[in-house]
Amino acid sequence: MKPAPFSYVRPATIDEALATLAADPHAKVLAGGQSLVPLLSMRLAQPSTLVDINGLSELAFVRTDESGVRIGALARHRQVEDDGDAWRAQPLLRQALRLVAHPTIRNRGTTLGSVVHADPAAEMPAVAVLLGARVVAASVDGRREIDAADLFVGPLESALRSDELALEMVVPANPPRTGTAIDEIARRHGDFALCGVAAVVSVGENGAIETVRASYLAVAPTPHVLDLSEAFVDGTASDRNLDAAAEIASGALDPDADIHGTADYRRHLSGVLTRRVVRDAYTRATAPDAQGAR
Amino acid sequence: MTTKAFGARVARVEDERFLRGRGRYLDDLAADALHVALHRSPHAHARITDIDVEAVLDVDGVVAVYTYEDLTGAMADPLPLLIPHPDLTHGRTQYALAKDQVNYVGEAIAMVVAVDRYVAEDAAARIVVSYEFLPPVVGLDAARAADHLVHDDVPGNLAATSTQATGDAMAAISRAPHRLALDLDIERSACTPLEGRGTVAKWDTDNGRLEVWSSTQTSTGVRAAVAAKLGLDLSVVDVITPDVGGGFGVKVVHPWPEEVLVPMAAMALGRPVKFTEDRREHFISAAHERAQQQHVEVGFDDDGRILGLDVEIWHDNGAYIPYGLIVPIITTTQLLGPYKPPVYKATFHSLYTNTVIVTPYRGAGRPQGVYAMERTMDAIAAALGKDRAEVRAANFIQPDEFPYDQGLIFQDGKPLIYDSGDFPQMLDKVKALVGWDEFAAFRDEMRAEGRRVGIGLACYVEGTGVGPYEGGHIQVETTGKVKVSTGLTTQGQGHQTVFAQIVADELGVRFEDVEVVTGDTRRMPYAVGTYASRAAVMSGSAIALTARSVRRKALELAAEALEANVDDLEIRDGVVEVRGAPGAQISLGTLAVLSNPLRYAFDEASKAATQFSVGDPDKVPVPEGTSPGLESRDFYSPPRSTFASGMHAVIVETDPDTAEIRILKYAVVHDCGRLINPMIVEGQIHGGVAQGVGGALYERMVYDEHGQLLNASFMDFLMPYVTEVPETIDVDHLETPSPLNPLGIKGAGEAGVIPSAAVFASAIEDAEGIVITRMPISPSELYDLRRTHAGSDEAAVAAVEGDS
Repeated sequence: MKPAPFSYVRPATIDEALATLAADPHAKVLAGGQSLVPLLSMRLAQPSTLVDINGLSELAFVRTDESGVRIGALARHRQVEDDGDAWRAQPLLRQALRLVAHPTIRNRGTTLGSVVHADPAAEMPAVAVLLGARVVAASVDGRREIDAADLFVGPLESALRSDELALEMVVPANPPRTGTAIDEIARRHGDFALCGVAAVVSVGENGAIETVRASYLAVAPTPHVLDLSEAFVDGTASDRNLDAAAEIASGALDPDADIHGTADYRRHLSGVLTRRVVRDAYTRATAPDAQGAR
Repeated sequence: MTTKAFGARVARVEDERFLRGRGRYLDDLAADALHVALHRSPHAHARITDIDVEAVLDVDGVVAVYTYEDLTGAMADPLPLLIPHPDLTHGRTQYALAKDQVNYVGEAIAMVVAVDRYVAEDAAARIVVSYEFLPPVVGLDAARAADHLVHDDVPGNLAATSTQATGDAMAAISRAPHRLALDLDIERSACTPLEGRGTVAKWDTDNGRLEVWSSTQTSTGVRAAVAAKLGLDLSVVDVITPDVGGGFGVKVVHPWPEEVLVPMAAMALGRPVKFTEDRREHFISAAHERAQQQHVEVGFDDDGRILGLDVEIWHDNGAYIPYGLIVPIITTTQLLGPYKPPVYKATFHSLYTNTVIVTPYRGAGRPQGVYAMERTMDAIAAALGKDRAEVRAANFIQPDEFPYDQGLIFQDGKPLIYDSGDFPQMLDKVKALVGWDEFAAFRDEMRAEGRRVGIGLACYVEGTGVGPYEGGHIQVETTGKVKVSTGLTTQGQGHQTVFAQIVADELGVRFEDVEVVTGDTRRMPYAVGTYASRAAVMSGSAIALTARSVRRKALELAAEALEANVDDLEIRDGVVEVRGAPGAQISLGTLAVLSNPLRYAFDEASKAATQFSVGDPDKVPVPEGTSPGLESRDFYSPPRSTFASGMHAVIVETDPDTAEIRILKYAVVHDCGRLINPMIVEGQIHGGVAQGVGGALYERMVYDEHGQLLNASFMDFLMPYVTEVPETIDVDHLETPSPLNPLGIKGAGEAGVIPSAAVFASAIEDAEGIVITRMPISPSELYDLRRTHAGSDEAAVAAVEGDS
């Protein structure tokens, strides 16, 4: 359980980091290291160079304004989770981060790192797609923005090129009369989920449901977003409507079995969780949090 | 004695260093050592046709590489079969490095020695082994079918078939008014201590001595094995056990291949060599336990009293069987628990598979036996529509029936005779603790809220403190400090504390003045090891006897020095006093000085023992039959095991939607005889329950059909976190002293884990109304069971409708 040999670079500037990435197509960026280091130790990943960006303190930011939350590449999960402004602007961030592993891991792991690691069982990729987040990527050739919807190519595979460094993620603010919720079933507290669902529910001024969207993790190779609005045409979160939404989800998903759960069980959970999170998100949409989260 | 340490909740002296990170574990030793990495088989079953190590020799920092070709003398023989048994007709053990065949993924093939572990791993990965593949035998179904054989010369994959019976069980069953048959399964798990295996060896070329440090549960066992394998006299080999980060059974197996390969390399290279096992290696090359298939036939009367019991067990022993038949013997004998079926017959078949070896894991076969018996009790209760506790009570051995002879031979080769216990009282206590009689009302209350709960109960008896012996050595230093040594090892249980408690009381010294050393063959070369819940019983008793010897010696010396009668003396806080004569006293430190007649003084105190100061000039300084020094070495050897017992009850909640299983209440009543330190016993129980929760609800070894272990990491092997273990475990004690040892104690180390599979199966079955026959159980499996069950109900209804 010792990594194979690699070169280690700790750039002092973003440009230096980008130059190193450009020079070595087998280089890998090290930020929080909570996913990468175990892969290195088990020799499942054998990059030739590690580009440690922990010296780039200018990337350790969480900034919130009217339009949303910007999360820098070195912002730890814990920093995002604890940020009151970010929570008020987009409560799903904190709701989801509380399900990411354990506090000790959240203290080191970075939110953007988790997104670009593209683990289909991770919470933040599913949240990024659901919320329409964008990732700003840089290379020696310049910068580009990637919609989260285009970011996830396959399990542990993102659209980020090997010469690119993800600098920040821009997460839109929660619109008015919109509620969010996330829940998951994991074998142990903090484990990767067997199935997880995040939902965003928007209601009209009369309180009637207008749109319901849900994002599914751990039941597809990449985060899977479904529009469930059709189940709520009468605008209510009735049991019948929730059942219909659960049925849409179970029907649309084709999860794989693994050693922790059968495909049937995961599909069943996607329905159970759909009911739960849509109901919770709807409740929040109609009765906003007293402390100011939208 | 002014203070009584025995029985008190004395804080553990070990915790100071453990909690501050000052423990000294194997990998903390020998910073200058060379490191080894093993090339292990990636295949479960194959013949080796070639091993090419050429590429390794080019790697910078590689010092040596070994394959089977390099092993000579006894090293070239298979590793020992540690516990032979007449029924073990086809015992097979592995070579330290595979000779011409591999039989499980993880089997060691070559060893690289290099300047550090990084280089050693780089090099080990470059070794090229050519194989001729053989069909792997994975799981008990494949082993029993025997379409393929693990070992060519072992027909039916059968290492052993063994039967014990107290009469014609099937005849008794056929005469019984009620009969039942059950088929049960229980899966593999493993000890998974936080610290893996590890060995450091140094060859002292000047003195021709070998020093070995090993993370083991038996330093004397490792010493004997290393000496035998390397052709060394025992007297030139020392084995020392540093702090050990958990054992739970896996480290009693010896010698592990690395435990002899590392000393071999250290001798050959003349440099210290270290092996520190990593987590993946531990999963695929150490040991597992628990996998069995069980068939139970039982006959019983209207009260649920068993009239005949016949059990057949198929036990997966993995690729080799170095530890013999201990695990299935324990299963079939300890299965009986607190009950007394008048006729019992048990047969087990121990079968080879192309998977990691099976050796004792905390509980060591008992969890399986208790599972079989307690599933049977629940089935009897269900068949008769009776209360599950009542059915158990109807079968209990009564307090006035001790000693109770079950008529079988136990794992130590001695008769299975229970020494003491009180099962009816224990059942009353556990029912009160868990709220057994109030549960029906609680269930109704929960049901009204749409919640589903169930209660389970499981009882066990555990043979502990098996022989043959342990020893104690105690020396009182001239400072008055008391140095205690025992040969068995410690893995964090708190031995340093409880042994000091015993000595403090027996000798009459302050607890703080007692220092205990374990597992160092330089200090105590005669010992067996720490397993089978035996340390407190065996070494505790030996140390108590030793303390009594030292006390006698001290009183005789003091009587002479104080010109008093021995019977008038008492020892309090390390000072001998004459009862009723204030001021007439002498400290044990001074007596230690006087006990060693000197020619040369080395400090103020020692002047008192020099030739012109001491004693009667006409007397021999060290009379015949005595020895210098205030010290003694004594041994304790019991006639047979002492039997602890316990009962667990659990209330679980199962989620109607997600099939998640939550523990609402966990209650334990435990009887390990007299308690030396209730806090430590409770800690042992808490840890055992935590491991039991793992074994029942989370952990398994997932082998695919090729014999690859799919979950060889803590990411996928689901050892429970603190969040999965019940927040509170309610514990009540019962103390029925053992008549077999001087302290009246019984073992407590394994108890907490023993009834887990049984008690959770009982509770989940109760919550769901679905018969549970396979453990462990996950939410996904419970969900499947619900669907199958619902399906069979629908089918049954359809069949009835079709009839009409």
